[in-house]
Order: sequence, then structure tokens, then C-alpha cells
Amino acid sequence: MIEIQNISKRYGNKYAVKNATFTIQKGEILGFLGRNGAGKSTTMNIVTGYISASEGRVLLDGHDILEEPREVKRRIGYLPEMPPLYMDMTVEEYLRFVCAIKDVSKKNVRSHLDDICELVSIQDMRKRLIKNLSKGYKQRVGMAQALVGNPEVVIMDEPTVGLDPKQIIEIRKLIKQLGEDHTVVLSSHILHEVADVCERVVIINKGEIVAQDTLDHLTHGISETFRMMIRVAGPAREVQGAIRQLDGTRYIEPMGTKEPDTVDFLVESDRNIDIRKPMFNAMAKLGYPLLMVRPLDVELEDIFLQLTSDKEEA
Amino acid sequence: MVAVWKRELQAYFFTPIGYVFMGVFLLVGGYYFAFGNVNRLSSDLGTLFGNLTSLFMLLVPILTMRVLSEERKNKTDQLLLTSPVSVGSMVVGKFLASCSVLLITLIPTLFYVIVIAVYGTPYWGEIFTNYLGFFLMGCCYIAIGVLMSSLSENQVSAAVLTFAVNLFLQILEYMGPSLSIPYMSWLPSVFSWLSLYTRYYDFSAGMLSLANVLYFLSFMAVVLFLTVRVIDKRRWSEG
Repeated sequence: MIEIQNISKRYGNKYAVKNATFTIQKGEILGFLGRNGAGKSTTMNIVTGYISASEGRVLLDGHDILEEPREVKRRIGYLPEMPPLYMDMTVEEYLRFVCAIKDVSKKNVRSHLDDICELVSIQDMRKRLIKNLSKGYKQRVGMAQALVGNPEVVIMDEPTVGLDPKQIIEIRKLIKQLGEDHTVVLSSHILHEVADVCERVVIINKGEIVAQDTLDHLTHGISETFRMMIRVAGPAREVQGAIRQLDGTRYIEPMGTKEPDTVDFLVESDRNIDIRKPMFNAMAKLGYPLLMVRPLDVELEDIFLQLTSDKEEA
Repeated sequence: MVAVWKRELQAYFFTPIGYVFMGVFLLVGGYYFAFGNVNRLSSDLGTLFGNLTSLFMLLVPILTMRVLSEERKNKTDQLLLTSPVSVGSMVVGKFLASCSVLLITLIPTLFYVIVIAVYGTPYWGEIFTNYLGFFLMGCCYIAIGVLMSSLSENQVSAAVLTFAVNLFLQILEYMGPSLSIPYMSWLPSVFSWLSLYTRYYDFSAGMLSLANVLYFLSFMAVVLFLTVRVIDKRRWSEG
């Protein structure tokens, strides 16, 4: 649906984005993953037409954003990293203004705004001044703004930064909901956020696209092992010995004592053998209660390290 | 464009800026009228408007300093530039909003005209050209302000630049004759031709010439065009 073809953005002789090529497919929720400063926002700004690329093209269904900006911009809703809100307006006034600049026909404005406010649950806030809203609500108003005009594609740049955990969960739920009838691009530096919401990811590092695939494929390729942290009330050596003997254990290392009379271990097992049940039984048999099993996520850092080191080897 | 104009005009009156501008302008304007016209029993609006142009030149940065710089600083320009609104209509919308504030501010000054009409002999043609000239020149100052506001994220520097450039345009006329550069004897006449004040002088004397009206209008058009170029250039910039 959107093709990003070889775009680069130069600042001086440094590249903020270099030769990025990827596609956004119709109806998917695409994660755009990268560390802070990797070029995520720059890419998003180019795709939405806020700035132009030094080289390369962005095509939406074959329309070039520089040649037919009106046509393309009408079909993209954008929530930048900092929601573009006018603090001196009320939510209602602001959204009506957005409707006007996005060519929503006058007779539809009321029902359109009702739908959007319902969706992002800001119905009760419509009469309030934007500057008096909490950060979470400001973010929602920013989202509402991106949805005005019913664009086919909604692009969100770090929509959960600075929100509290409850708000983060709500916003993610909202993004999933949007994904049902929009194409959504979500940029983030948080791996598990992308893992939670997105079907496919594009990873950018130092301005270059290093991978684009489904997340399963990516994480699977990275580690053939499953890592977890466990806590057992028992003597380190005996516990270590017992777990090492289990079928599927690849590695175990004591990590010290964090709670009196217990020991923490880092355990790695084969990805296709679940050793948690046998581990529990073994500990029960020995009479050392297993107090905690916490799976360790594959970190974004791990994927990066893997992807960048792969490249160097090749 | 209409949407941008409307939102910008609202912004003037949702924030103190519009009131501060109108308040100061009308207060000082009222002073000029009371002492220059009422006390001296004069029906001459030309002098009054002459004073008002200097006053307006001082105040115009208040009106224009934020129009584009604030958008950039708060990143609200991301909304405008990624929505199906052209840069041109965004700039013109904002410019027209500032001009509208000027127009609204001029409405209460009609009271002066009424006073003159009741107690003196008004020269309607001259009053009309004075208003028209003042408004057109004011719009030129505003255009400069909009251009300066596009140059910087910082409102204060936009305000200072606006004032400096407008002052320069005002004194071009006086600068002309005092310049005697060898081989460039044509320079004073060019300056005087360019000067906004020379053009304005005809209006204030009650003369309405199409050339002057066109000069003011094309002055605004050129300055606004430059503003659009400044914004577009930044989007393409690699600096």
C-alpha cells in the first residue's frame, strides 16, 4: 500500500536515514522499531510529507507524496512524537479545526467527531481546554486528530512515551482496535510493545533498515534458547545439579541471593522443550520449594546485536 | 485557508495578545485624537493617521511574532504540513487573520470620524483614503512580520527583526536624499520608489492612485511568497 523506495535524508554529511526501503501492506499493523536516534521519527516525517527526503520516493498506491501531496496526505493520519495540539483551544474546537483542514464535509463533522471521541474515549473532555488535560488525555486527543477524515493509514510515532502503565495498556488496546479497520504503523523503541501489538516489524539502526519480518521469525532466529530467572529455597549446589540433569537444560548459573535462604538462577533451555514442569517436579522431590519462574524476554538489544553482528560477519 | 484564518483569529482573542494589541493601540490612538484633534479643534485626520502609522509599526511585532514561530516551536506545524493544506494557504490564512485584527481595531476609530462629522467639516474622500492607506500599509508591515516569524523558532528574535525591517522600510525615504554615492545617483530615487512611506504619503494627502494600491498589494504578495519559500526550503533542508 505504501512503498518506501530508497529514501535517504542527509544533514550535512551525516545520514539520518540512509537508503531505507520497505513496504507497508494494506490492513497490517506494522511495528517500526529502533533505538532513540535511530532515524525513526525522520522516516515517519518523510512518509507523512512533513519533511522531504534527500533521495528516494514514497508512494501510496502509486501516488508520489511530493507530486500529489493533497491526495496522499488526505489518506494518512499522523500522530507525531509530540501531539500537535493547540493548548489554547478546547478539545471540541481543536477537532473541528482539524476536520476543516482535512476536508471533512461540514454536515458530517458532528457524527464523525462523535464516533472518534467515542473510540478514543474523550467524550467527557470535549468542552475542556487542551492545556488542562492530563498527558494521557492529550495523547488521546492527538490520536483523535490522526483519525479525523477517516484516513486509510494511521502512523503513530512513539505513542506511549511518557504515559503511566495503565494508560500504556489502554493506548495499546486502542491501537489494536484501530488495526481492525486501518493500516497502522507504530514506531517504538520498546520491543515488547511492538511484540504485543504488531504483526510485522521493520527494524532500523543508525539510519539503515536492518530487518523486516514477522517478529516470530526475528526472535526465533536470534535465540534457540528460552531463558528464565528462577528462585529456589534450597542449597545452590544441589539445586544446580538437579536442574542440570533435566532433559533440555542447556545452561544454569547461580545469580546470588536476593531473598533470605533462597538462591536465584539463570536457566537456559532448548526453545522447543518446556522444562518448567520437570523442574518443578524435581524441586518438589528434593523438598526445595520453587518460588519463582520468570521468563526473560528477548531484548531489543539482543536483536540488534545479532542483526548488526550478522552483518559484519557477512 | 478559511479554517487556518478562523483558528488564528480565535487564537488572538483566546490569548491576551489581541486585547493587548487593541488596548494599547486604541489608548494611544485616543490620546493622539484628544490632543491633536479635539484640543486643537482640528478636523485633519492625516496627522492623526501619520502618528498612528508609527504606533502601529511599534506594535505590529506583538501581532505577528508568534504566528509561525510558535507553530514550529510547539511542533503544531506537523499537523498543518501533513494535512491536505498547502503551505501557501496556511501562510495566507495566518496573514489574513492578523490583517483582520488590524481591521477590527480600526472599527472603534470610526468614533473619531463621527466626532469630526458632528462638530466639524469632514472631507469624506480624504478620510477614506487615509483609512485605506493606513490599512494597506499596515498589512505590508504584517506581511513582513509573518516573514520574520517564519525565520526563527524564537518569538523575540522574530519581533526584533520585524521591527528592524519595518523601520528600515519606513526610513528608506529619508535615507535616499542623504545618500550621495558616486556613480549611483539613481539610488535615492529607487529607495524613494520602494519606500512604503512615500506611497502612504499620497493616501494621507487624499490622493488615491491605482499604482500605489497595486504597489502595496504586490509588496504583500512578494513577501508572503518569500515566506512560503522559507518554510518549503526548511522542509528540504539538509543543514
